[in-house]
This record gives sequence, C-alpha cells and structure tokens, in this order.
Amino acid sequence: MARITAGVACSHVPAIGAAIDLGKTDEDYWKPLFKGFEKSKEWIAEAKPDVIFMVYNDHCTAFDASVIPTFALGCAAEFQPADEGWGPRPVPVVKNHGVMASHIAQSLILDEFDITVMNEMEVDHGLTVPLSLMFGQPEEWPCLVIPLAVNVVMYPAPTGNRCYQLGKAIRRAVESFDEDLNVVIFGTGGMSHQLQYKRAGLINQEWDQRFLDMMENDPVAASQIPHVEYMREAGSEGVEMVMWSVMRGALDETVKPVHRFYHVPASNTAVGHLILENTE
Amino acid sequence: MVQKDYEDIPGTFVFDADRARVGYHLNQFCISLGKAAGREAFAADPDGYMKSFGMTEDQMQAVRDRDWNRILELGGNIYYSSKLGANDGLSFQQLAGLMTGMGHEAYRDMMLNGGRTIEGNRYKKEWKEEE
Repeated sequence: MARITAGVACSHVPAIGAAIDLGKTDEDYWKPLFKGFEKSKEWIAEAKPDVIFMVYNDHCTAFDASVIPTFALGCAAEFQPADEGWGPRPVPVVKNHGVMASHIAQSLILDEFDITVMNEMEVDHGLTVPLSLMFGQPEEWPCLVIPLAVNVVMYPAPTGNRCYQLGKAIRRAVESFDEDLNVVIFGTGGMSHQLQYKRAGLINQEWDQRFLDMMENDPVAASQIPHVEYMREAGSEGVEMVMWSVMRGALDETVKPVHRFYHVPASNTAVGHLILENTE
Repeated sequence: MVQKDYEDIPGTFVFDADRARVGYHLNQFCISLGKAAGREAFAADPDGYMKSFGMTEDQMQAVRDRDWNRILELGGNIYYSSKLGANDGLSFQQLAGLMTGMGHEAYRDMMLNGGRTIEGNRYKKEWKEEE
C-alpha cells in the first residue's frame, strides 16, 4: 500500500524562485536562506519519495476572481508552470500520478470533504518554489506531484481544524491505495507576513517560533488557532499557514523532527521550514 | 450577521467575501494584466479597456491615480493589484513601500532589520484609528 512517510513545511515566496532562476543564490542577501535548505536537499535525495502531495495556494493563476474553490485537487496528467506576468519560470513540467489523484478525490469526497476536481490546471510559484528549494534545478522533477490548491486569498480560508482533519482524510486515502508508494506531504506558505495596506511588512518572529514548536509537538493546538489570531499576530497573509495543518494532520501525532530552519527576510516575508518524519 | 472580528486590526484590509463581491470587476481587470494581451490592450486604450470590465468610475479613477491603498479600499486585493504593479514594473516590495507611505528604501531597510514589529501594531486603538 502507499504510505505517507514524512511531511515538509516550506515557504513559497516568489522572490526565492526568481533568485534561483536568475542565479542569485550566492548573493549576500540570499546566501543564508539557501544554506538553510542544504540539509533538506540531502534529506530528500535520501528519502526518495515516489510521490509528493503538495498542499499550496494559487495566486490568481489557475483561478481568477470568478471561481474561488476552497480545496481543488489536481487530477490532470501534468501541470505547466504558468506565466505570472514575467514569463513562466524555467522549471520542469510537473507530472502527476493521475490514477492516485483520482483515487484520492473519490476517497476524500466520500469521506465528506467536498473538493473540486481539476482536470486542467497551470501551477504557479506557490507550487514550484518549494520544489526548487528541495530539488534545486534538475532537468526533470525526480518524483510525481499531486497538487491540492487551498483558497487562502479570499477570507475566510478553511479553518485550521478543517485543514487538520483534511490531512487525516488524505492519509486514509493514501493508505487505501494499493500501489506500494513512498509519499511525502508538503504544507507550504507563510510564515508571518503582510503584503498589503499600511501595516505591510509585519513580521512576528516570536509567534512564528511558537508555531514551529506547535507543528513539531502539539499539532492539535496549532489546528485550533483562530483566523483572527493569524491575521493580527502574523499578518493578513500569514493566515496561509493553515496549509501547514493539512500536512501535519496527515502525519502521526508524535513525529521525529529532522530539520528546522527560520530566516528573516525574504522580500516581505519570514521564511519557515520543517522536515518531520513519521515513526510508526 | 457574520461577525467581523478582524476589523480592529490596524492598517489592514481583510479581503473577505463582501470585498471580493464589491471588487470583482476591478480584480478581473487586474488579473487580465498578468498576460501580455491584457497589458497591450490596456496600454493602447486605458479607459476603454477598464470600461470593458464594468468597473465603477471610482475604481477606474483609483487605477488612473495608481492609488494603491484606494484600490484595496474599493474591493481590490493585493494578489490582484500586484499584477497592475507588475504592469508598471513595480515589485511587491516597491508596492509595499508605496502603500505604507515609507518609500522603497526605508521599507527595504525595515525588512532587512527584521520587519515591522508586532508591538503597538495589533489594534486600531494603538494607531488611534477609528474602529
């Protein structure tokens, strides 16, 4: 059967993708950030996932303002990197495990998570930046990727608890798939940041560190954080950290922390990163 | 009615379902600028192009003025308005410099020094703003 062996939490700041694409990773501004992912690259080369289940958010690429699904699961054979206004990122096409994706779609809906099925979808930096951080610049991504887009652009995003419970349902779906596959789940976005209006630039390192602690040791407490706390304490765009709870819900309650990294700033944002392994 | 417990956060417009409804045509216009065809059509005839989206006069004036905060007040969202910014050659960080009124250099320096602190920035009453 397929098994979720580990979870990765990772920011997806677009400027990080641009730094990689433009060969700026050795510049003073970016060097400390990429240093934090050296261990991650070694880890994932060793872990060799067959499939990544990628929980991310779309930034008006696949969805404009006319349709705003809360959870949308990619079931297409592949996903092209989108033109977000500066031309598509020079990264490989993202290939899906379509059979597993449609199995998960069916399992989730019967498990009472009414997700939207996407048989055609372009993907943006929300999905490709975490892949670049973990794999660098390969010719082809070394594994298949099942994308799950979560609405965090329009308030309200799904609650932390809903996300956490969805993670558990994703785990049930994965474990009921017959093929013998090593699956790693990603929760992306965050950490504290506010991109808009007069309070833009807010960073709350103390809150972020507490959230990282909770992700490691007390995921249920993290799942109970109300939206207003995210927005007040971690900035209006910080609420996207609910996506980390989807990842965390798919893991054991007790996990083995393998790697933790935190850095300020990348552009407007605090960058957080965790690797957590299942032990059972 | 739904409680909006986030309206007491200072310097913040939460893009909720109400604002998404009010800003819909403005946001669709902004999103269209993510593609070259939209940028070209906008450059050729700014007013005609905006009108084709059914935007209100206030929304069109905010775009003409590049009044980035007013765009948010009229239902815009930063992920969308940043496409208008990109059309003008502005990065997210340059937009933030404009929206905060700090200017790009001061804003960039603030971020390099760890960003805007949370202390004194949680509640409107701390900013002496009306709730």
